[in-house]
Amino acid sequence: MTQPHRLADGGRLDRSTPVRFTFDGTEYTGYPGDTLASALLANGVIEVAPSLYRRRPRGIATAGVDEPHALVQVAEPMLAATTVELHDGLSATSLPGLGRLDQASDEAVHDKMYGHADVVVIGGGPAGLAAALAAARSGARTVLVDDQPELGGALLSGHEEIGGRPALEWVEAVRAELSDTAEVRILTRSTAIGYHDQNYLLIAERRTGHLGPQPLPAAGRGRLWHVRARQVVLATGAHEHPMVFAGNDRPGVMSAAAVRSYLNRYAVLPGRRAVVLTTNDHAYGTALDLAAAGVEVAALVDTRPQPPVALAEAARRAGIEVLAGSAVVGTSGDTRIASARIAELAPDDTLRGPVRELGCDLLAVSGGWSPAVHLWSQSRGSLRFDEALAAFVPAQAAQQVRAVGAARGTYDLAGCLREGSAAGAEAATLAGFEAAAPPVPPSVGDPRPALPRPVWLVPAEEGEPATWRDHFVDSQRDATVADVHRAIRAGMRSIEHIKRYTTIGTAHDQGKAAGPTAIGVISRLLGASSPAEVGTTTFRGPYTPVSFALLAGRERGGLFDPVRTTSIHPWHAEHGAVFENVGQWKRPRYYPRPGEDMDAAVLRECRAARGAVAAMDVSTLGKIDVIGADAGAFLDRVYTNGFAGLAVGSARYGIMCRPDGMVFDDGVTVRLADDHYYLTTTTGNAAAVLDWLEEWLQTEWPELRVHCTSVTEQWATVAVVGPESRAVLADLAPDLDVSKEAFPFMTARQATLSNGIPARICRISFSGELAYEINVPSWYGLAVWEAVLAAGEGHGITPYGTETMHVLRAEKGYPIVGQDTDGTVTPQDLGMEWIVAKHKQFIGKRSFRRADTARADRRRLVGLLPLDRAELLPEGAQLIADETALTGPPVRMIGHVTSSYRSAALGRTFALALVERGRDRIGEKVYAPLPDGRLVAATVTEPVLLDPKGARRDG
Amino acid sequence: MLLIACPWCGERDEVEFHYGGQAHVAYPSDPEALSDAEWAQYLFVRDNPKGPFAERWSHAAGCRRWFNVVRHTVTHEILAVHPAGRPKPVIA
Amino acid sequence: MTVDGLRRSPLGDLPETLGHGVRLREIPFLTQLNLRLAPGGGAAARVAEVLGAALPTEPNTVTDSGDLRLLWLGPDEWLIVGPDGAAPDTEGRIRTALPGEHACLVDVSANRTTLELSGPGARTVLEKGCALDLHPRAFTPGRCAQTLVSKVNVVLDQLDAEPRYRLLVRGSFARYLADWLLDAMSDTALIG
Repeated sequence: MTQPHRLADGGRLDRSTPVRFTFDGTEYTGYPGDTLASALLANGVIEVAPSLYRRRPRGIATAGVDEPHALVQVAEPMLAATTVELHDGLSATSLPGLGRLDQASDEAVHDKMYGHADVVVIGGGPAGLAAALAAARSGARTVLVDDQPELGGALLSGHEEIGGRPALEWVEAVRAELSDTAEVRILTRSTAIGYHDQNYLLIAERRTGHLGPQPLPAAGRGRLWHVRARQVVLATGAHEHPMVFAGNDRPGVMSAAAVRSYLNRYAVLPGRRAVVLTTNDHAYGTALDLAAAGVEVAALVDTRPQPPVALAEAARRAGIEVLAGSAVVGTSGDTRIASARIAELAPDDTLRGPVRELGCDLLAVSGGWSPAVHLWSQSRGSLRFDEALAAFVPAQAAQQVRAVGAARGTYDLAGCLREGSAAGAEAATLAGFEAAAPPVPPSVGDPRPALPRPVWLVPAEEGEPATWRDHFVDSQRDATVADVHRAIRAGMRSIEHIKRYTTIGTAHDQGKAAGPTAIGVISRLLGASSPAEVGTTTFRGPYTPVSFALLAGRERGGLFDPVRTTSIHPWHAEHGAVFENVGQWKRPRYYPRPGEDMDAAVLRECRAARGAVAAMDVSTLGKIDVIGADAGAFLDRVYTNGFAGLAVGSARYGIMCRPDGMVFDDGVTVRLADDHYYLTTTTGNAAAVLDWLEEWLQTEWPELRVHCTSVTEQWATVAVVGPESRAVLADLAPDLDVSKEAFPFMTARQATLSNGIPARICRISFSGELAYEINVPSWYGLAVWEAVLAAGEGHGITPYGTETMHVLRAEKGYPIVGQDTDGTVTPQDLGMEWIVAKHKQFIGKRSFRRADTARADRRRLVGLLPLDRAELLPEGAQLIADETALTGPPVRMIGHVTSSYRSAALGRTFALALVERGRDRIGEKVYAPLPDGRLVAATVTEPVLLDPKGARRDG
Repeated sequence: MLLIACPWCGERDEVEFHYGGQAHVAYPSDPEALSDAEWAQYLFVRDNPKGPFAERWSHAAGCRRWFNVVRHTVTHEILAVHPAGRPKPVIA
Repeated sequence: MTVDGLRRSPLGDLPETLGHGVRLREIPFLTQLNLRLAPGGGAAARVAEVLGAALPTEPNTVTDSGDLRLLWLGPDEWLIVGPDGAAPDTEGRIRTALPGEHACLVDVSANRTTLELSGPGARTVLEKGCALDLHPRAFTPGRCAQTLVSKVNVVLDQLDAEPRYRLLVRGSFARYLADWLLDAMSDTALIG
């Protein structure tokens, strides 16, 4: 017979289409509506993989996200079988607490969605439904979130009545009304995993994952919602926790609420002969439902000496013996439970009287209930311990949020409906809508419970806590009362310390069930009067585990991060450029010809720039129009050198410092008109410099009449470099007088190119060669690049990339901000005293007089020539002064290599370095100890290694 | 993710903003007149209160205006927002 | 060939693309002028006169003037968007209104290109990467915003209630943004 433990009827199942699945290689059948766990139980399978550390046999223990044992691998590892929806062809393997990452790339589509709501209700049980209904009727944008495939919460597992009808008919009526209300969104199969600042909620929605493998590309597998809510209602329910007694981890020991859920929601008999153990009223429903389903209930063990009369009477009428003031003290069985040992409890929780043993294959346990305060706590709401409820409950809210129903310790159905309705109306009202709480329909079932008698630790029949190694506190971690005892004996008192020492609450389930129990056990072992004295650990998101694929969403592969390209990029790609990432930009690094490696290509490109002519796409430079009557005065304050006196049509190189005197950025600025400067920044700093200028203008000098406008992408810029660049430009701009006299170094001209494109041409040089930079509106960038190459064809014009640019500038000792500087380097350290004005104020000037900044032994930029002309020092290599310095630690470092290249012009390698007292060491040797064990010697030189007088540039 | 009310654009997510550190630390009008200790105080020393803190933000991805925020450094509650140049509001 | 024929837009090869209830196309070469001046001053009044419409002073709103759209970017900053080729004339007209005041006008037409995203699913596509509240109660035709879509800065301008949006994006980011939008549009459940 298939599914021998399936009840003949009932349950939220579609029995018309049985589905087949395998578990650990064996084939079974179940129904749509089952979870993997309920289907296994229907087939009589309760045992799952043994525990991780002690290999103890374990079984399905719950019916929800708090499951500590039934972990499985489907494709994804570490899923709780109690949360995996059954689908045809599902193949699951049990896991002993550790999964295996699938090595194949997960190509399923997960995405992200931003949402905004007036009211978000989390939890689709009676309280949440009532809240959502109240909010929705006001017209508020309402989102109802529930982690189950269908709404109803605990009502799915019971048989309460609302408004004189079965409660699930009320659920369906509410669902239908909400679905028909504009501005309401119902997210089922969606778990609120995070509650962040200002009501920012993260919600993980399972869109198609429950259907099994999907043909791609279908609607996504999962979606991570980022929802900003004006008001939040938490109707997250409560978790039932286990009890701590000897052998409490045995297969067949199960949450009493889960047993009821399996009976009523899934039509499954989890056992044939049951003992029920409880500290509270709730498990009476389980016992009665078990009896009604034909299960023999051997006893109902209630820790309370005087259970509520009505409940006790109902149990007796059902033929169930009630053992009051008692507890289970031990279990036995081969693997699955075969009997429970029961003893009477004294008022101080010690055992008294004889022990009775009852045969059973199911022990349904309710150790008490704890509101699911995880999201409340994530929102930084405070908790208090309610001595009557024996649970931590929400106290002071820290955000625009309220908890209702079981989430705040209200366990009766009428109370849940009333609180939900009122909270939904209140939330909508606070969000600015006219709302009234709808009348609460009368309900039957789930009455207001009597008080529980928590028993945090049921003593063993013998011995002391130090030896109670079968009393499991966190069964997933195999952590026991003995482990807690050892932590306390080691001196730990704080719950946070004991948690980390014992690992309680750190497993896959994050102690959802075990947490309150652990606090109780610790309070007992510490001799505290109440768990209130122990407190809770910190609740952190995510509430349930989520996959990295969900968190990544679409931001992977080509969409991982923005890729920025210039208007000339298509040409670079077509011509085989090798690109490098500069921030988000893709820049050509070099253009290899067939058979060339990078070194060969760069040497060729460098020779072209120094010997003939070469061209580079420099469009990525940051560009800012600084416009206004005070533009010159403003630039005088932000650059170390002067700009107010710059002639119109001329250009000047400048350095900006931060107030601490350290170099922040550099670049060339052209004065286009009295009140108009065209400022360029380094590629990586374009946005930061604009922000910097705005910051000073807005917050310190609002009286200055200056406006800054980013024009980085308005202009495409092509650098034409080399002794023959003038000839190329003459051809390209026939109407422009390009003679040395008419167009000198560091000036700018407006011209119309031969193809009709208007251009702003600057004679500036970052290579030390005669060079021009041609700026055109970026939509012309590609056309001008091609025109430059055409004009230079007869001269052998060579496109070059960032690597050649670096070599050319380094041969001239030009630093690159961010490569040769690192935020601790002054202009003087770079040997650029000449750029620091003496007779004006500018940002950072005062710092040059600080003792540390004025030290004589600061690291200075110098050149390095390795003694071996072929030796390329690695960038970042540390330097020492003396080859004997390596004999023992500490080794005193005197600097490091910042740039290092092979130079075609010099016919050798060279480097730039920041070296302590570097300017005083010129001519001396320094040594670089390399990771391969060699010590490489180099001679310190001036940083400018080529054409120190600038004759080539000025020619 | 903080929700910050730009005085101009209204409520936007924190990712649209740049943080600018403590507010109301004016650039000294005459840095040269300051001792090294006074200048170092300006450069390096800022308050780090547990509680309300007046700080600067810039709506970098929006209107690019700088403004001041009073934020509780424990709860992240934003207690006040006002444009640059206005005096610090009194937070009870 | 006229000089205009030498222009290339960042997404010149992007065909108009249809998704489920959504349409994407590039509108290249729109005129864009960045204007900075003090609101409420004489220059602002004269600009309103020459453009035939006042510069909006309510943050994140747009005023229409013929084929020009005047977008609020900041308390003293606007973006004037017009058809391809309108820049010289529009710039000339505005410049006549500026003398004597602290003002600044920069032609940034080549700085950004424009993507138009429209159709009943357009809002959902944007909501996959834009944290702004685009619900009709919060964002309507006539509103604009500088914000982030995916990780890209855009000027977002809603033209009508279809809804039809323009996303003005800097050229270097245009390809990435288009790729991101096309990916978001491939979702089969954008509407309904």
